[in-house]
Amino acid sequence: MISIYARRRSIDATSKILMGAATVIGVFFLFWILWTTLRFGVAGMHWDLFIKDTPPPGTDSFGLRNAFVGSLILLSISLLIGVPVGLMGGTWLAEYGFRSRTANVVRFINDIMLSAPSIEIGLFVYAVMVDPMGHFSGLSGSVALAVLMIPIIVRTTDEMLSLVGSDMREAAIALGAPTWVVITKVTWKAARAGILTGILIGLARITGETAPLLFTALNNQFFSKDIFHPIANIPVVIFQFALSPYSNWQQMAWAAAFITVLFVLVLSLVARWFLGKVQVPK
Amino acid sequence: MTADRPQSYPLTNIVVPVESHRDSAESAAIAPPQVKIAARNLNFYYGKYHAIKDVSLEISQNRVTAFIGPSGCGKSTLLRIFNRMYDLYPGQRVEGEVILDGENILTLKNIGLLRARVGMVFQKPTPFPMSIYENIAFGIRLYERIPRSEMDDRVRYTLTKAGLWDEVKDKLHQSGLGLSGGQQQRLCIARALAVNPEVLLLDEPCSALDPISTAKIEELLFELKSNWTVVIVTHNMQQAARASDFTAFLLEGKLIEYSVTSKLFTTPADSRTEAYITGRFG
Repeated sequence: MISIYARRRSIDATSKILMGAATVIGVFFLFWILWTTLRFGVAGMHWDLFIKDTPPPGTDSFGLRNAFVGSLILLSISLLIGVPVGLMGGTWLAEYGFRSRTANVVRFINDIMLSAPSIEIGLFVYAVMVDPMGHFSGLSGSVALAVLMIPIIVRTTDEMLSLVGSDMREAAIALGAPTWVVITKVTWKAARAGILTGILIGLARITGETAPLLFTALNNQFFSKDIFHPIANIPVVIFQFALSPYSNWQQMAWAAAFITVLFVLVLSLVARWFLGKVQVPK
Repeated sequence: MTADRPQSYPLTNIVVPVESHRDSAESAAIAPPQVKIAARNLNFYYGKYHAIKDVSLEISQNRVTAFIGPSGCGKSTLLRIFNRMYDLYPGQRVEGEVILDGENILTLKNIGLLRARVGMVFQKPTPFPMSIYENIAFGIRLYERIPRSEMDDRVRYTLTKAGLWDEVKDKLHQSGLGLSGGQQQRLCIARALAVNPEVLLLDEPCSALDPISTAKIEELLFELKSNWTVVIVTHNMQQAARASDFTAFLLEGKLIEYSVTSKLFTTPADSRTEAYITGRFG
């Protein structure tokens, strides 16, 4: 008896130490990254970043306005494409597909898409959009980002709608409500916090994506709102400026990275706040 | 909707003994009961599982009819045939006839309208994720477009009928999820009544409630039968004895005994009924 108890206690203690060590290692690197971004990023902060465009090589000035505007345009269009498709896809899975064979196949493929390397998505959009159009464009960049975002929204929408109890659905149907009313007025409403969280997580995911944009939106040294031509954007600017030999460009890359991290942090906090409001039906 | 409804026809061919009419007349209304729903030779299958076996019974208008029996006896299944809830689930099918006011509902095309005539309240209170007011207005809006003032009146009338008005009149625009379990269940009853059905089906409406809330709902049942035909499934025999005019006892998918409640509980004709109501099984 005593020996079994002592053995369990020692296993318990060892496991706790190992788990604690793993946590410390993970958190250590996370904070190291954040600290480095913060240190170099704050050093590169400058008001000109927001009011001037990216400077040509060989000057001392700062500016990221065109890249910020370009990224906002890209992300907005991605949301316009990705949210309806993802929302409807997830709704189909949860409300019509259930556990059917078709639905499970779609779920499986969606999970593959969820972990697809983003560079492949970039290549794919390059092949089906950039190449036929003959040039890089902001629109193709948005499409690539939307393709990355859709599986996330599909997955969360499906899961959040599945959390809504069948009781609530049956109660609405028992009033004689047609399926589309049940979905739009009852189940979407019941799952709205979770669905919104999924959209925010999807947005956070694509905010820093660089690889797909290299094949699609490319970059633009000048201010442009034309989505049918190359457009400046933060991730590619970071990529180019960080690798450049000019110190002001390198500083701007850090500043842009810092602002991106802040943006994603805020998105995650808002998402967490929404998730906290999810009322899981008991 | 109520104008072109076929007239109910007098009670015929009922399993209930004729002399019992006087009892029920004393305990309920003065007019003799008329048949509201007549089920004939019902068989129900969950896939291959034969859940209801050749059940025929008649439900009296403006009376409370209770279905009792041990878990899995088919009482909820039988109830869910009356508003065709089973239609939602592929693999569930029914044979036989259910005549509602002279019309076989099992062959009806417009199931939405059937569910407007036959309302249902479920075991678990399921307020929709919206305000108390909107919970009631939801069902009304499915069938009618009425001005706000009229809607206010309807909401007030319905909540009064469900005995909830005094408790919620100052918080109509707060979430229905903030109410207590018993209040939520009365809100669900009000929501079902708002559509102005002819029949109200209740599937173990009190099993998730405390005794005080249960007592309130039982009082409510007594009020409701002056306007509605009520069918209640319960696994609480005292509840059936207290609140119903007629009681049907089911066992393993078969209708064992169906008669006036006072008779079933005092002088049951079948030994299995007696064994069940005296607590020897179930």
